[in-house]
Order: sequence, then C-alpha cells, then structure tokens
Amino acid sequence: MTRIDNNASDDGIAVTVRGMVKHYGETKALDGVDLDVREGTVMGVLGPNGAGKTTLVRILSTLLSPTAGEATVAGYDVLRQPRQLRRVIGLTGQYASVDEKLPGWENLYMIGRLLDLPRKDARARADELLERFSLTDAAKRPASTYSGGMRRRLDLAASMIGRPQVLFLDEPTTGLDPRTRNEVWGEVKRMVGDGVTVLLTTQYMEEAEQLASELTVVDRGKVIAGGAIDELKAKVGGRTLRVRPADRLQLEPLAGALDELGITGLATTTVDAESGSVLVPILSDEQLTAVVGVIMSRGITLGSITTELPSLDEVFLSLTGHRASAPQDTVPTETREEVAV
Amino acid sequence: MSSRPSPTATLNEALRAAPSNTATAPAAVADARIPLRGHLRHTGALVRRNLLWIKQDPESMFDALLMPVVFTLLFVYVFGGSIGQALGGGQDGYVQYVIPGMIAMMSMTLSQGVGTGFSQDFNSGVMDRFRSLPIGRGSVLFAKISVELVRMLFATTVLMIVAVLVGFDIHHWAGLFAAVGLSAVFASSIMWVFLTLGVVLKNAQSVQAMGFLVLFPLQFGSSIFAPTKSMPGWLQAFTDYNPLSTLADAARGLMVGGPVAHDLWVTLGWSLAITAVAAPYAIHKFRTKS
Repeated sequence: MTRIDNNASDDGIAVTVRGMVKHYGETKALDGVDLDVREGTVMGVLGPNGAGKTTLVRILSTLLSPTAGEATVAGYDVLRQPRQLRRVIGLTGQYASVDEKLPGWENLYMIGRLLDLPRKDARARADELLERFSLTDAAKRPASTYSGGMRRRLDLAASMIGRPQVLFLDEPTTGLDPRTRNEVWGEVKRMVGDGVTVLLTTQYMEEAEQLASELTVVDRGKVIAGGAIDELKAKVGGRTLRVRPADRLQLEPLAGALDELGITGLATTTVDAESGSVLVPILSDEQLTAVVGVIMSRGITLGSITTELPSLDEVFLSLTGHRASAPQDTVPTETREEVAV
Repeated sequence: MSSRPSPTATLNEALRAAPSNTATAPAAVADARIPLRGHLRHTGALVRRNLLWIKQDPESMFDALLMPVVFTLLFVYVFGGSIGQALGGGQDGYVQYVIPGMIAMMSMTLSQGVGTGFSQDFNSGVMDRFRSLPIGRGSVLFAKISVELVRMLFATTVLMIVAVLVGFDIHHWAGLFAAVGLSAVFASSIMWVFLTLGVVLKNAQSVQAMGFLVLFPLQFGSSIFAPTKSMPGWLQAFTDYNPLSTLADAARGLMVGGPVAHDLWVTLGWSLAITAVAAPYAIHKFRTKS
C-alpha cells in the first residue's frame, strides 16, 4: 500500500504520552504518565477508580488540558493540533455520549454531518453502522428507549462514523450485565480486526485479557507496571486455583495440605470460608499437577476445581504490595453502577 | 471561493482511500481551518437536532404558545382599563400601546430558555461527543440560538393573532416585520448572556433562577407595560437606558407610528455591545469547560 505522507510518526506508534501531569488543586489525577501505543494494537489501561484513567482519555481526546506533559495521537499534538487530532479519533465514554432524545439513526446521521460527510454519505454510513451493530430495528426509536447494551452499541457506532485511526474506549462495559458485556467485547474485537488502534481503560483484568495485547497498570496517577499481557500475567502469578472439597469439613485439612506443599504464586494460599474453597495461586502447569497430586494422596473428594484470572486486587497486591488505592465503591465519580465480576 | 478543491472533499477522498486505519492522516487534515461552508453545515446539523427535540417533545413548545396568549389577555383586561384611561384611549388605546411592548417582552422571556436547555446538555455525555469532534466550538451555540429564534417567531405569530383578536390594528406590515426583526436581533444578543449562564452554572434550575433575577427588573422597569412618565426620576433614568424600553418604544414607533430613529439606534447599539462582550466570552467558556 502506498502511504500518504503525513506528519504521523513513522515508528509505528499511534499514541505517545510523555510526562503527563494533571492536577486538580491538591489532587494529582495524573502524576507523570508515560505511555506508547503501537499502531493497530489494543492498549489496556488497567486501574481502580480514581487512578486517573478517565483523565488520561479526556486529555488525549482534547476535552481537557494537561497541567504539564506532552502527548500525540496519530502524530498530532493534543495541545497544538486539536482540530486535526479530533478528525482521526473516536471516543466512547463511560456514559453513553449520544443524544438520548434523538432516534439512533438521527444520532449517527448528525455525527456524519458534523464530520463533513455529504448528506448522501452520512445517510449511507448511518444505515451501514446501524446494521453492523444490530440496531436497524431500533433505528427510529429515541435512544432513551434503548437498553444499556443497545445504547453502548450506538455509542460505539457513533465513534466509528469518521473511520477513526485511534479509538478511545473509556470503561466500555462498566455497568453492563455479563451477556451484554460479551456482546460489546465482540464488537470491539471486530473494530480491532479493521486495523484501528485502541486505547481502552478498564477495571477488569478479564476485560483486559479479552481485548488488549498490551497493558499499562495505573494507580494514583502513576504507571506502576506495563508490558505484554502474558508477561504481566506471569509477573502477577498467572492464575488462581479455586479448590472446593465436596465435604465442607475437609476444608481445613485441604488447606493444611496445600499449605505444606508450599506453592507461592503471587500470594500465599488462602481459605475462602464463605464459598468453602481454598484459593491457590499458581504459576505453572507443574504446580497445578502438584496440587492435584496432593489432593489425591490425602483422599479428599473434590466438589469442584476451577482456575481464575487474578483479580485487579491481586494484580495490585503483587505489583505494588498494597491493595488497589480506591476500592470500587468509595469513588462514585468514575462508575455509576456496580458490575458483577 | 477559489477553484481549488475544498478541504472537506479532499478529506473524504482520503478517508475513502485509506481502508486500513494505519497512521495515514491525509495531508489535507493538516489544514485546521474550518471553512465557512463547514461552519454552516455543522450548525445546520445541530439545528436539525434541536428541531427534532421539538418534534419528539411537542410540549416544549407550550410556553411559546401559551405565554403570548396568557400575557396579552392578562395585561389587556386587567390593566388595560386603568392604564388606557391614563393614556387617554381606554382599553383599545392600551392594546395599541402594549402589543408592541409584548413583542419586546417575548423576545426576552423566551431567550432565557436557551440557557436552561444548554445546561441540561452539559449534564449529559453528548457535549463530550461534540467537543471531541472537529467542529467549530461556536456551532453548538449558534445552533441553539437559531432554534430559539424559531421558537420566538412562532410565539410572535401567536401573539399577533391574539393581538388582532383583542382589537390591535396592524397599520403597516413592513413596520410589523421590522419590529419583529429588531426584537430578534436584540434577543439573539441576550441569548449569548443566557448561554454563558448555561455554561457557567451547574444546573438548569440555577440558570432559571439567575435568568429570572436579570429578567424581572428589566421587564417591569421599562416602558413595556406602562409609560415611564409617572415613574420617579431615578427609575426613569434607569428605564430610559433600559434596552427593553428602547426596544418596546422602537417597536411601537414602527408598528403604530411615532418617532423611531433614536430608540432604534440605541437598541441596535445595545445588541451590538452585548453580543461583542457575551459571545466571545460564552464561546471561550464553552471551549475551556472541563
């Protein structure tokens, strides 16, 4: 393909962030963030509420000016070339940023016109995207009558109108039920398949693993870890085994046996009394085998055994030695609804 | 317009030519200037949005429909007799006096709505969407004002129908249209003030409360409803410079006859001054709101 020469960086980096700082009075929402997103990849920004994820996205989409630092998106400087930059980005916020009073089709047509598509093209694009996001049947209904998932899909469709090079997804599935979340993940994967570069913020390791190839972990406005998802997963201890004995009375003996085994992943073995199971962090298949071996040698009957991804808290614990700075329900500014993980 | 291809056309071609989304920002994008046609297109798309709101929610036109009816009947039948007597023309004479004033009042009262609607917009996510699009920041504000002017024209039409029913004589249509036009000019300048309030204040209620505080003294401390001659000197000094007085007096002159020039120029001067200060300020505040 012949490249149209432009001021986009030639090193294949779609988003660069250097020394980004944003202060609100005493609060340091961002405290010196550096970040690179390679073209055509999905960068997950993982962090708890109040970590500065939304602030970062708002700065990169020119909605907010940083206190200090620099950033470019598709080669355009966020401070010096905001208009050019806005032409090549798409944005989907935590709250559906569509006009709820307008029907779905009108929302998309309006954005097409605002992006300078001729009337005919704007119409065609609206039809096309409604079709693609399975909203054709709801095209004429006001968005206020849509379900949470439909609204989020309309929002994603709206971000795609201008065929953006870089897409910002700010907690795209916060507040959605698990089924709808899978649906949105599916849509995001299709967008990625089209070659768009995505910067995604999330509170969920699971979401990051589903969508992102690289991960940046942020806490209190600072980057605390970064790298390929697999590397990070190895770093934080891969998986957690959840072992539940059939007989609850065997919980203690089981825990004792596993303790003796001395497996230490990112944390030590813990007992989850509520569900009557033992949680064993493991790093390798050998360790998994060892766990099973111990259980068999002690003659403990198993109710179930499952592997889980480490939770955000466990990731934080292993990376920083402390829990995520803000538990999910103490900072209401970033999320309206609790999500069952 | 010169013969070179418009930047938007070039951009669209470039977008079509770039199926994969690798960093291929077309060179045309480097031109950050939005041409006038672009501004008109953006404003048009947003006007359509605001008109669709009315279609979805026709009740939002109730105030524009009912206010002229209620106020005209109220003033003509409650105050018409006594003020008309003082004017020397009875209730009929008062109708001729107050209707041009009502046009002025309507322009002011309805322009307040622009601020509350705007404030509601800000509390939803859609403003973020607009602000992340490559459109002139003013477009969103211009669209609001345009639609509000449509509402105002609708209210004025209703007002004139009621006016004729209660006995107002339309002497010359040209004068009527001129009066309505002048009101629209003044109203759009005032709307910038309310838009500023809509951006700066936190919610629609405070915008309404502030609007009322500005509106009420201006409306009643004016020559809209009664001649200012019987007012105390200090109040007369205020009413004489109150743009609503000059607007009402200019409308009166245009619609029923009498001197016009002085009031016309003072009103236009006010409109220009208010716009010159409030419009850039509103756009600035809109641009920098976080």
